[in-house]
Order: sequence, then structure tokens, then C-alpha cells
Amino acid sequence: MSHLLSGAGRSAGPGEGGAASDAWRPSPIQLERDLYRRARSRRSLAVAALSTLVVLGVLFGAVVTSPGWSRVRETFFSWEKAVSALPAVAAGLWLNIRVMLVCGVLIALLGLTLAVLRTLRGPVAFPLRLLATAYVDLFRGLPLLLVLFLLGFGAPALRLSGLPNSALFWGCAALVLSYAAYVAEVFRAGIESIHPSQRAAARSLGLSYRQTLRHVVLPQAVRRVMPPLMNDLVSLQKDSGLIAVLGVIDAIRAAQIETATDFNFTPYVVAGALFVCLTIPMARLTDWVARRQGFHGAGGVV
Amino acid sequence: MTTTSLLAIEHVRKSFGDNVVLRDVSLTVEPGQCVVLIGASGSGKSTLLRCVNLLETVDDGRILLAGKDITDPRVSADAVRARIGVVFQSYNLFPHLSVIDNITLAPVRVHMVDRADARQRAMAMLERVGLAEKAHARPDDLSGGQQQRVAIARALVNDPQLMLLDEVTSALDPELVGEVLDLLRELKAEGMTMILNTHEMGFARQVADEVCFLHGGYIHEKGPPAQVLGDPQEERTRQFLSRIHSL
Ligand SMILES: Nc1ncnc2c1ncn2[C@@H]1O[C@H](COP(=O)(O)OP(=O)(O)O)[C@@H](O)[C@H]1O
Ligand SMILES: [Mg+2]
Repeated sequence: MSHLLSGAGRSAGPGEGGAASDAWRPSPIQLERDLYRRARSRRSLAVAALSTLVVLGVLFGAVVTSPGWSRVRETFFSWEKAVSALPAVAAGLWLNIRVMLVCGVLIALLGLTLAVLRTLRGPVAFPLRLLATAYVDLFRGLPLLLVLFLLGFGAPALRLSGLPNSALFWGCAALVLSYAAYVAEVFRAGIESIHPSQRAAARSLGLSYRQTLRHVVLPQAVRRVMPPLMNDLVSLQKDSGLIAVLGVIDAIRAAQIETATDFNFTPYVVAGALFVCLTIPMARLTDWVARRQGFHGAGGVV
Repeated sequence: MTTTSLLAIEHVRKSFGDNVVLRDVSLTVEPGQCVVLIGASGSGKSTLLRCVNLLETVDDGRILLAGKDITDPRVSADAVRARIGVVFQSYNLFPHLSVIDNITLAPVRVHMVDRADARQRAMAMLERVGLAEKAHARPDDLSGGQQQRVAIARALVNDPQLMLLDEVTSALDPELVGEVLDLLRELKAEGMTMILNTHEMGFARQVADEVCFLHGGYIHEKGPPAQVLGDPQEERTRQFLSRIHSL
């Protein structure tokens, strides 16, 4: 065995004239290992496919043979109803997407500002730090639905001049205010995870506190918290549906309107399916971002 | 007391809580001089350098840079730091910036050099530390020795009056130590004023104009390297050196 390995080592050695003319061929041992691994992965694939089929089959059978299935299929999975409701629900979903995009940007800005305020030092920053902390504590404690009700029904009644009265505006405001509190904490965790030696290096070059934050700490912190932030964005995508409670016609409200005529709940299933379809690519993107940032190969095969 | 010294540390005291690290440290560094600090781990070598760079505030005493008291709270610490180059044991390059952007950050943001000029100077500096071809690499893709040479270039590009080097070879694999020490020898030959902490006694003997042995919060012994390292007068210094050499 050792002579096989050293043989492979010799043929890849510098005596053969560098990487370009590397005449490495897998040793018999390596060939045998590769063969074994391929056989193993073929078998794993077969086992996975079979067990998946069995599990799904059992689940499907259990649902379909249950006593209430025919009623459920009619009221929740009616194909004709789904087709007729789709345009209205999809139009509503377009509003959800726009809400998600606009609110996402505002949440990131407000969250980052709050996080920076909370990490400021010195007596001048004290009131700012206090306010930011109070804000985060308050809005993380309040249920989102409650904020929606309070702002959506309360704020327009104030008749504030200069601010729109639309339910959509106040619904978005509630989302931004609530989510910013969470996102601020994510950003703060990122800022605090940057090693003090990075600040020391920046300050020793003469950069001010503010410049150090702007050019050294924040770029690294934001990169580091990208995966959890994307996760919050996925969550926002769903929660954008909550503005339906204010009467805004988004996907959920549109579905509700469609069900009102005949008490067939299929439009809800359609809305649910659309939300999931929207979330899956986001979730994969999140995985991809997280993987790209991972310490490449640091874990080896474990 | 000479006012012409580039750096004068006068009766500096520094403690962390109950831990008094520097009790009464005085030291002067003349332009072009290389002062080497030696001492056991935890004796306060890094703390002294951090005080000079105002990364720590002294409890008492003064530090004069070119005759001006930089420990005066009315002095802008940022302006002082901009005149002093620091190189850390663990390099502390900015991992999100390319090598050249690491080097141009301070010139562009602190010294208001225009971007094209800064890049040109950074390239010249990389040339001189032998890493021109790595300008666009990420710090994480470099070896420890290369990272430390970039860190030195990053400090040098600002034309510092004084360089503080804190065990700059301690984190390096033995075969990479040489490339960094060679660079420091060149700096010394060009007349750069430096204070450095090191455990490389052979190197200290070659480049030091003065060696200071830090112990118990005082500079216990100081003098030319041949004396302090070759024929120490103090028992503590002898003990410390024999421990180092028996490694
Ligand atoms: N930021 C700090 N907070 C508390 N103690 C510190 C701090 N920095 C250094 N010390 C303490 O000061 C002493 C000297 O540390 P240091 O200057 O790093 O020694 P050296 O560089 O000679 O090994 C050590 O006991 C260390 O624990
Ligand atoms: Mg140290």
C-alpha cells in the first residue's frame, strides 16, 4: 500500500516538470475507492427514492381514504374554482410583491440606522442610544397584528396633515416599524461580531470613529448577516399578506372576496400556493448566499 | 531633557483595573533610531506601544511626539495616529478589501490624497515589499508572511514619522519570518524610526540601537544590544534571556 502511494507521489513530483505536464493517473487503490463510492451513492439514491415514494404514498392514501375527503376536495381543491380565482389572486399578489420590495428597502435603512445608534459610544450619543433601545424593545414586544390595527385604524383618524390616509400606506408603515426592530438587532449582532482588532487597525491608520464604522466595520458586518437578513425578507414576504386585515386588496383579501360568493375555499389554497412559489426561490437564494460566504472547505468532509 | 527626541515617553503609568501594567516607564527615541522592547509575555510591551499610538489612555506621565505632548486630551488622537505607523502581530488586514484597497484606504480617507495618486503610491509600495502581483488579491488568499508585508506597506504608505511593530513575526511559520525581517532591515537602513517588540533575539542584536528589557512595570535594563543581550547587568534580564535561549 505504501509503495502505491509513494508511486503516485513521485509521478506528481517536481521532477516531472510542473503542473502542466503532470502525468498523474489514479492508483489502483484510488480506482477501487472511486468504484466503491459510486456503487454506494447509487444505492443511497435508490433507497431515498423508494422510501420517499412509500412515505408519500401512505400519506396520500390516508388523506384520500379519510371519510371527509370528498367534501374537502370540493371546497378546497376545486380545479374550476382555482382557474376562475387565479387572475384576481395573482393581481393581489403583485401588490404583495411591491409592498415587500418597498418595505424591504425601508426596513433595511431604518434597521441599520437603529443598530448604529445603539452601538454609538460617548455621552453625546446617550439620548440617541436610549431612544433606539426603547424603540427596539417596544416594537419587538408588540404583536405585528396589533401594530397593524393601531396604525391602520388609528393613524388615519388623527387626520395628520401631509400624510396619506390610505390603509395601504399605514399597513406598510406598520410592517416597516415592526420589522425594523428585528432587523436592527440582526445588524447589531453583525456589528458586534467584528473583532476589535479591526477597529484598532483602522483607528491606528488615523481613521475617525465614523470612518472606521463606515469603511471597515459596517461592510464586514452587513456581509456577515446577509443570510439571516434574507431569512427576514422571506418572512416579510409572507407577512405582507397581513395588510389584508386593513382591507387592502392583496392576494389574501382577493382570495377572501372570491370565496364570498359560494363558500368555496379553493382561492385560499391558490393564494397559499402562490406565496410558497414566491418563497422557494428566495429561500434557495438565501442558501446560496450563505454557502458562498461559508468558510470554503474549512469543514472538510464533516 | 532633550526636546529634539522624536519620541519621549516620560514616567508613563498604565493599569487595567487593579492590574498595574506599566508603573513608571521613561524612554526616548531619536530620529532614525531603532528601539527593541523585550520582556516576558504580559510584561506590557504591547500596552506601551498602544499608549504611544493613543489606542490606550495613560493613567499618568506624558508622551511627546516631536516635542508635542500627545497625551494631552486636547490633542486630536486621529491626527496623531495618522503620523504613526502600526503593524500588529496578527496583521489585521481588512478582509473585505483587496490588498491595494487596504493600502489606499488611509491615504484617500485620512490624508486626502486623490484616488489615482493613492493607487500609484500603493503600487510602488507593493513593488517594494515584493507583492505587486498580489494587488488585487484578497488578504485571506495570501500567506501569513505576505499578509504581514502588506500590513507593513499599508502603514508605510502614509509616510509615518515613527513605526510601531508589535511582534510582527510571532504569528508566522518559521520559514516566512525571514521575508518580513529582511523588509524591516531595509527600513532601518533607510533611516526609519522604529520601536519594535520581538522575541527574535538574533534580529534584535542586528538592528537595535537600543534594547529595553521591560519587567514589573519598569524598564529594568536598557542599553546597546551587545550589552543587554550579550552581557546583561541585571539578574532578571539574565533569567529572561536564559529562558528564551533554552527554548
Ligand atoms: N484591554 C485590556 N484590558 C485588560 N487588561 C489588559 C488589556 N490589555 C492588556 N491587558 C493586560 O495587560 C498586561 C500586559 O499585556 P501586554 O501589553 O499585551 O503584554 P505583552 O505584549 O508584553 O505580552 C497583561 O496582563 C494583560 O492581561
Ligand atoms: Mg504583546
